[in-house]
Amino acid sequence: MSVKLGVPSKGRLMEKTFDWFGARGVRLALSGSEREYSGAVEGIDGLELVLLSAGEIPRELAAGRIHLGVTGSDLVREKLGAWDEKVAELEPMGFGHADLVIAVPKAWVDVTTLDDLDAAAAAFRAAHGFRLRIATKYHRLVRDYLREHGVADYQLVDSQGATEGTVKNETAEAIADITSTGETLRANHLKVLAGSPVHRSQATLFKSRKAQWSESDRAVLAALKARLGFGD
Amino acid sequence: MADAAAIRDEAARLLAFFEARGAVRVETPVLQPAETLLDLYGEDIRARAYVTADPVVGEAMLRPDFTVPVVQMHMAHGAEPARYTYAGKVFRKQEEATHRAPEYLQVGYEVFDRADPAAADAEVFALIAEVLAPLGLRAATGDIGLLIAAISGLTTTARRKAALLRHLWRPRRFRTLLDRFSGRAPAPAGRADLLARADPMACDAPLIGLRSAAEIAERIEALREDAAAPPIPAHEVRLLTDLMALRETVDNIAEHLQDLAVDMPAIAPAVARFTARAEALAAHGVDITRLDFEGSYGRTSLEYYDGFVFGFYAETRPDLPPVATGGRYDALTRVLGQGGEIPAVGAVIRPELALQVAEGRA
Repeated sequence: MSVKLGVPSKGRLMEKTFDWFGARGVRLALSGSEREYSGAVEGIDGLELVLLSAGEIPRELAAGRIHLGVTGSDLVREKLGAWDEKVAELEPMGFGHADLVIAVPKAWVDVTTLDDLDAAAAAFRAAHGFRLRIATKYHRLVRDYLREHGVADYQLVDSQGATEGTVKNETAEAIADITSTGETLRANHLKVLAGSPVHRSQATLFKSRKAQWSESDRAVLAALKARLGFGD
Repeated sequence: MADAAAIRDEAARLLAFFEARGAVRVETPVLQPAETLLDLYGEDIRARAYVTADPVVGEAMLRPDFTVPVVQMHMAHGAEPARYTYAGKVFRKQEEATHRAPEYLQVGYEVFDRADPAAADAEVFALIAEVLAPLGLRAATGDIGLLIAAISGLTTTARRKAALLRHLWRPRRFRTLLDRFSGRAPAPAGRADLLARADPMACDAPLIGLRSAAEIAERIEALREDAAAPPIPAHEVRLLTDLMALRETVDNIAEHLQDLAVDMPAIAPAVARFTARAEALAAHGVDITRLDFEGSYGRTSLEYYDGFVFGFYAETRPDLPPVATGGRYDALTRVLGQGGEIPAVGAVIRPELALQVAEGRA
């Protein structure tokens, strides 16, 4: 058996992951043609590269079908309930940075903090007869965050894309989405609430707690950790 | 762990007990319209209830508790007064790593009766105490009505009171607001600056979305009122904090509350209700010299209780959730009553926990 390492199968996230491992003496590469989703590993024996969509890596880790995986810390927290029982964070990788933030119309001059959002939500519900809508695809992260901070009278509406447009289209009053520069938010007349974001995400190397770890698998992991330069 | 058949039998036994005491047996659908529950409990309930889709009804939830459907049933076509009992499964998603069962049986007893709320409170508590007596459980009680009365009686603006009442069930948020309203924590950054502007509404971005300029202007007015309002007097905050921190037996509390009511006249009617309930409990044979009262009890449970609240705990099994919980929920009947309302109090027992405790004692 070998240790399976799940890596995003395309784009910048894949390239950056290859670079990150490469800089530490583990060469990951696509084998065969560029369109073929299979990979090769040089530098560590017994490590197998599995190319997957970044969004599926949390699920595969939780199911124990891969031993290790690279994906955004936001995706693991969003897709897995009690995530830290299923996977362990081995190392933040320092790229793929993005913040999950809550944004409201810039013209809401009276709303700058979560406190304000909560008060505005109460008044909005009283005036409109329904709970203030926040469009997002990060339901679990946003809900946990708002519960933790005691915000009430809101509802989450699902938005899988073009989330910044939902306020203008009047299908939501506020949004919660990933941003790195804030450019799209500004262009859509939105502003980010003050304070720390819902989650600061970056690409992270995860280890599955649910996969079968044979003795030889553990030896491979130890060798990999030593090569990558982090201890136990 | 007790086996499923034994749990069923225990549920049947409890159900028969409540029926023998005059309760009418009722059933409610497992599938509940999600909208009602979401409007009541907010988005948090999604983390706790199983949400599914029905092609006709739309979003539906697997019954996370019986109280809501029983109240709806009663408000739609119940005769008064009414006493109901039921047994069935409730479903609670366990996202946090609590390892608690996602579905379990509950047996409940609910009283809808205008005549004498104190007597109804005592009746429900005493019945649960009686049927669970062999288990040697510890009961804890509280009174959300006292807290509501104390907040309503604070010397401050109606808006501040409404904000505190709205967050009574979110202790952390409540504390933050209380600190701010009493001048112990500063106003949020930027607020003074906003109010000092010649035209606070001025903004270089267009107003988008449903929330109107009038709503924003109204909130700015509210912020102005709040900025001008004097802090809640320190002694009132202390009394409220004392009330929330009370931990004593019910007989001792009754005396303590009379003293508090001298300094906080607003709670006098709630104290009178507390005293009447204590007497009714004693009349039902409950030993109130050994019955615990906790000032904040019930503040972290589902937020429909607004009066008497209680739970029964196995002291030998601190790992278990309470074997039984209950309380008064008059306001819920108003919310679900479409114009009607009726004082209501009830409780549920979890038969599998009762069996687990009984096995531990055998």
